[in-house]
Amino acid sequence: MDRRTFIKISSCSAAGYCLLRDGKVLAGDDGVAPARYYEKLPYRKIKCTLCPRECVIDDLERGYCGVRENRGGTYYTLVHGNPCSAHIDPIEKKPLFHFLPGTLAFSIATVGCNVFCKFCQNWQISQARPEQVKSMKMSPEKVAKVAVERNCPSVAYTYTEPVVFTEYMYDTARACRDRNIKSVMISNGYIQKEPMKDLCTVLNAVKIDLKAFTRRFYKELVAGELKPVLDTLILLRQQNMWTEIVYLIIPGQNDDPGELEKLSKWIVEELGPDTPLHFSRFYPQYRLKNLPATPISTLETARKIALDNGLKYVYIGNVPGHAAENTYCPSCQRLLVKRTGYRIIENAIQNNRCSYCSATIAGVW
Amino acid sequence: MRRRAFFKSLIGATSSFGMVRHGYGGKKEALIPTSVASGAPFSRVVLATERGLSHGIRPVAEERIGNLLARSIETLFEENADTVWRRLFHPEDVVGLKVNCLAGKGLSTRLELVNAVCEALLQAGIKKHRIIIWDRADRDLERAGYSIERRKNRVQCFGTNKAGYTSRIYEHGYVGSQLSRIVTDYCSAIINLPVLKDHGIVGLSVGLKNFFGAINNPNKYHDNAGDPYVADVNMLTPIRSKTRLTICDAITPQYEGGPPYMPQWTWPMNSLLVSTDMVAMDQVGWDIVEEKRRENKFSSLAGAGREPVYINTAADAEHELGTNNSAKINVLKV
Ligand code: SF4
Repeated sequence: MDRRTFIKISSCSAAGYCLLRDGKVLAGDDGVAPARYYEKLPYRKIKCTLCPRECVIDDLERGYCGVRENRGGTYYTLVHGNPCSAHIDPIEKKPLFHFLPGTLAFSIATVGCNVFCKFCQNWQISQARPEQVKSMKMSPEKVAKVAVERNCPSVAYTYTEPVVFTEYMYDTARACRDRNIKSVMISNGYIQKEPMKDLCTVLNAVKIDLKAFTRRFYKELVAGELKPVLDTLILLRQQNMWTEIVYLIIPGQNDDPGELEKLSKWIVEELGPDTPLHFSRFYPQYRLKNLPATPISTLETARKIALDNGLKYVYIGNVPGHAAENTYCPSCQRLLVKRTGYRIIENAIQNNRCSYCSATIAGVW
Repeated sequence: MRRRAFFKSLIGATSSFGMVRHGYGGKKEALIPTSVASGAPFSRVVLATERGLSHGIRPVAEERIGNLLARSIETLFEENADTVWRRLFHPEDVVGLKVNCLAGKGLSTRLELVNAVCEALLQAGIKKHRIIIWDRADRDLERAGYSIERRKNRVQCFGTNKAGYTSRIYEHGYVGSQLSRIVTDYCSAIINLPVLKDHGIVGLSVGLKNFFGAINNPNKYHDNAGDPYVADVNMLTPIRSKTRLTICDAITPQYEGGPPYMPQWTWPMNSLLVSTDMVAMDQVGWDIVEEKRRENKFSSLAGAGREPVYINTAADAEHELGTNNSAKINVLKV
């Protein structure tokens, strides 16, 4: 990226800063790089093994995500080094509440996604193909350099679905590691084991959008499967990756108390009670404009169910000013991190411990 | 059509005009093929063949294909071809010719057929600049041998990459897509010009499937062999209301290995399929491909795990895009 031509910093919102750009639709083969994780099949077909869809793709065709293309029996990513979004956000916006609180994350995304959520907030870029959206050139090294220049201790791969730009994410995370910049992946967790394991060698934290705890919801509203996401969460746990979970509650779709109870129990048993869980408020959008916003009482009920089942850090998101935006000590119940929106008002965690009772607070502080 | 006549036009206008809907289940209109217009619940599909027309990527004699097209139109509408074209398309129409070019030369809508259609439209009084040959991307068109053309006084030829997609999401059933602005803003009428070919995921690609090239996110709709997505895409109002005729290039169809071009599985059928009922045409195309697969000892498409059941869905009570009932389809061989 050439700063003169398309990058400048300006105040964007209460959320932080955005990198405005004079992006353009990239021509020709910009962004094209050999893909990883696929098998060659007879007659120039390939089978992609990056995500659980395992698309089998004919010559000149693309996979479900729209950003990976078979050219003569060799598979390519079309978005390597071509982010369509680049912003500087508070890490709390991801949200990651237990990872370097109060810091900024240089946040990038390319177009594309391997699911098709009817409630997607970023559908204009997640559901697009590379040629339909303005993108910019930004090599992995350049991303790391910008993060350093802008005092961002981390780079976040976010907004769309970073699984589908795994090569770019991996190469960027490596470049960042060389400059002592951390990398966080904000993902739906719809990825196969091998690529996720490879990513674990270069990532520092992951946030997974667990969209529901039923197969029905995944089938009807996500066009995906629940089990691979749960498998990814277990894998992340095994790899000791710092992981937080967001669960967007959509009225009438995934707010059944029984479902939330099962979800909470599963997290406690499989991932441990220290896993932060964020219940997030749904607002009508994209193809679910017919549904109402989530009542706050529903979010509060969900939080109570999760706490009652043993989870220690349960948050309510998308409700600015709600008391459940804060972190409380699971031992002495005192307020530890006070937040308003994405801002940290006070932080009483010292050396990973509650400054009142010295209980260990899980996270990367 | 001669290249001279073909590649000269004015800038395309973007006005829209009131449309009539045609085909099985549609309102009775003068333009509807006689069987349907007379109230009989069946559709007509012309299967026009001329031996030795072409094979592989060898060019087709334009005059011969023009004659074959005219015969097809006359058979379908039981009227003089020139009269039919004039009645189907008004001089104020902007007519989009939706070709199928993803597979490159060998398995894309032949230029010579498209030229013949352009010639017929020009004869019917449509100005050159009001004809737009289009597909998803310039790159696809060029790979199939088309030249991108946006100059004045020329028949236009470009991809949706030039025109863009609507910001609005058009929805039906399981589909929610942005449409090519060529469909919504540029054209008042569409002629669908698919190719008859096997498709490795959805089983078959003929008329209905060709409109995957009109949406922004076709990659999202190949699950479950494209069912019900293909049918749902064809329900999107601009596509449904503007498509007046389907002319399928079955000169060298492919019965296996599609959608890419696999010459070993093509055969010289030397035919056109023409209809106003896209579902009926797809059903006829399906039967043809199945027969060829049997002849060559391939399993049926169902056996191969890719039965194009979206064709049945397109005919169901919810969609009513046409008929797939062979007993209600008149195949008129020419
Ligand atoms: S990453 Fe994309 S191409 Fe690969 S299996 Fe997933 S959706 Fe298909």
